[in-house]
Amino acid sequence: MTTSRRIQFGVFFQGVNFGTIWSSDRSGSQYDFESFRRIAQTAERGLFSAFFLGEGLRLREHFGRIHELDIAGRPDAQTQLAALASVTERIGLVATQNTTYNDPYDLAKRLNSLDLLSEGRAGWNIVTTDNAWTGANFRRGGYLEHADRYRRAAQFVVAAQRLWDAGADGVGTPVSVADQLVSFEGPAPLPPSAQGRPVLFQAGDSDEGREFAASSADVIFSAHPGLEDAISFAADLRRRLPAHGRAVDELKFFPGAQFILAATDSEAREKADWVTRAQVSPQTAIRFLEPIWGRDLSEYDANGPLPDIDPVVEEVDGQRGSLFQGRRALETAREWRDSAAAEGLSIREFVIKRSSLRTFVGGYSSIADRIVQYVDAGAVDGFNVSPYLVPEGLDDIVDGLIPELQERGVYPTEYVGSTLRENLGLPALGERAEFAA
Amino acid sequence: MSDTPFAVALELDADGAHSPSGAASGTLSPRRLAARGAAAERFGFTAVTFDDSPLPVADSVARLDAVQRAAFLAPLTSAIGLVPVAHVAFSEPFHVATQLASLDWASNGRAGWIAAASGTTREAAAYGREALSDDDLRRERDDVIEVARRLWDSWEDDAVIQDAATGRYLDADKLHYVDFEGESFLVKGPLITPRPPQGQLVVVAPADTTGADVTLVTGSGPAEITDAASRARAAGAPLVWAEVEVVLDARAVSAARRLDALGSWTDAGRLRYAGDADGLVALIAGLAASVDGVRLHVAELDVDLEEVGRAVLPALQERIGFRSPRAGETLRDALGLERSLSRYATTAVKEFA
Repeated sequence: MTTSRRIQFGVFFQGVNFGTIWSSDRSGSQYDFESFRRIAQTAERGLFSAFFLGEGLRLREHFGRIHELDIAGRPDAQTQLAALASVTERIGLVATQNTTYNDPYDLAKRLNSLDLLSEGRAGWNIVTTDNAWTGANFRRGGYLEHADRYRRAAQFVVAAQRLWDAGADGVGTPVSVADQLVSFEGPAPLPPSAQGRPVLFQAGDSDEGREFAASSADVIFSAHPGLEDAISFAADLRRRLPAHGRAVDELKFFPGAQFILAATDSEAREKADWVTRAQVSPQTAIRFLEPIWGRDLSEYDANGPLPDIDPVVEEVDGQRGSLFQGRRALETAREWRDSAAAEGLSIREFVIKRSSLRTFVGGYSSIADRIVQYVDAGAVDGFNVSPYLVPEGLDDIVDGLIPELQERGVYPTEYVGSTLRENLGLPALGERAEFAA
Repeated sequence: MSDTPFAVALELDADGAHSPSGAASGTLSPRRLAARGAAAERFGFTAVTFDDSPLPVADSVARLDAVQRAAFLAPLTSAIGLVPVAHVAFSEPFHVATQLASLDWASNGRAGWIAAASGTTREAAAYGREALSDDDLRRERDDVIEVARRLWDSWEDDAVIQDAATGRYLDADKLHYVDFEGESFLVKGPLITPRPPQGQLVVVAPADTTGADVTLVTGSGPAEITDAASRARAAGAPLVWAEVEVVLDARAVSAARRLDALGSWTDAGRLRYAGDADGLVALIAGLAASVDGVRLHVAELDVDLEEVGRAVLPALQERIGFRSPRAGETLRDALGLERSLSRYATTAVKEFA
């Protein structure tokens, strides 16, 4: 296996959803710059390879009203990362940016700028959207057909890379792009940074998403942190690489994960109980079901069984989420009801169970042992951690888990380079298979 | 007007105003940017501004994104205003408003925005769009300022309630759709970023703009500037700043000889001062009768920044009571602009009253 015996961490400052606890007296601000600085600097103290910011271009709604229960409200990713670039030195700074509601020339120029400002530490987490609902905030409106979202993303990425690579021939080098969904003529805006061009991250999990990642991404954020799952996911992606002229060490795997850690396993389990209950309030548990049931369920008790009524199957407001697909809601509801009943779970317990699948819970030493299994299996190159508390949520990992991993020889003891590409162990651009041909 | 604090802003683009198209490599250095920003704050300038353009200006000249440069300086400074150019013609208004709100958060309320509009054929081609006429550009600038201001108000200051009893992080009644419908775009809202610390950022724009806080005026001499300032005030400008180009006697070389050595300096239609520090103090003190501040475009940042900071700002303190911004102050505070409630909050309060 090409994977070195080493694991890395990235940190994802989420800024949305219920994974981050806001109701505790230990919860800090989700939007003051100090929270971001603290997380980024703690991550850097722990030799994390990357700090990620997400992007959402319209506030979530629930039955036509702004969703109130979860954390929402976050900064523009690149602006915030530019600010963090001046108070960090080695950690990579990765911005999630949408290929549907950004302009290719503008986005390529700004990412190139962030890459120079951070002296070669910028990354781009490529995401796509096709909903007209988000388009209501943009000049283009909801213009893209579902089938075209990955086509545009692929053309967009190729165009951005051409602008970046043209910068090496001199600022102003003309670039002309005439694809179906991306076309423009513009001069290369900036010279390349120390890492050549920003590192590309991608998280798509559908067949199209995987194919896109195999063609373009340097790092894939997967949703497969379980060991067996991670192994088969990596194998699938690695199989797809040669068709795109790429070598297996050119794609790194970073599944998303939450870590709930303590000195001992039993303390960690107690902590996990507190964390999951704080994440999933009774109201959040009810809201979790409502998109499937397609109706207000506030009269139900979160500590009681799942609703015995069947879901409404008509589309109500376009915002019921990916699980809702007409009649499928009916099956999903029945399946959930049966599964909860079989295990004797209340609504809240059921939601907690379903939403904590990506979590590692345990003492520092036993979690370090589990991570060594991942390393030995060559299944992952790192974990992308979503802290459950901001800004103190990484302290456990940095102060408790990382020393254990270092003792086992599977975690770096210093940054190996100064750029994100170097620190991720990615081959330099000139050494990649596509250039060697 | 006498209780409006006088502002001295410094343009920090490139290596100075004499050669915005100068050696590109130095202007791409974050370390140099950090050093210049720190020096400008130490000397006590009210604000620094950052020019930008949709495309590289000439074929060999590159710039880092202006909003990013301002953001980079935010954690490294604590008092000085940070005022980047963000272009309106081909950018997404929603992204621009979000980027600027984020700059205000990163700087604890020290952000401003120079709303610039340019729409040449070459720029349009890079964005896959059509070139815009001057009238289109004016309309676009007014519309983008209007939508940004609505978006900055779209979260009321107290929209985040963190009410554990009801399980609510937000109060949806304090979040508002802006439903902007301009000629060339629609924006639904609300913003994805909470209301910035200043509520509204300080918007800086040229004279033919609606909705700015600070109007920039130019003129080749003090009399022309005075005229332009009165016209701007008559058109409703809350604050007026004069654009002034500066080259000072420095390091035992006269300004005239420095200019000779630098070579020709393209005329941008701005008042240009070349001479000693005392003369610049007298010029600015004279302008202070008709404008609320100046924005200085110094010939060479590596020379003139220090010279103005050392010899001109302290003299202006004595002469016209110029006061440097203090740590923790917002840019609105430093300029004597009040902080307002969200326009949407005002309506709700009225309904209750």
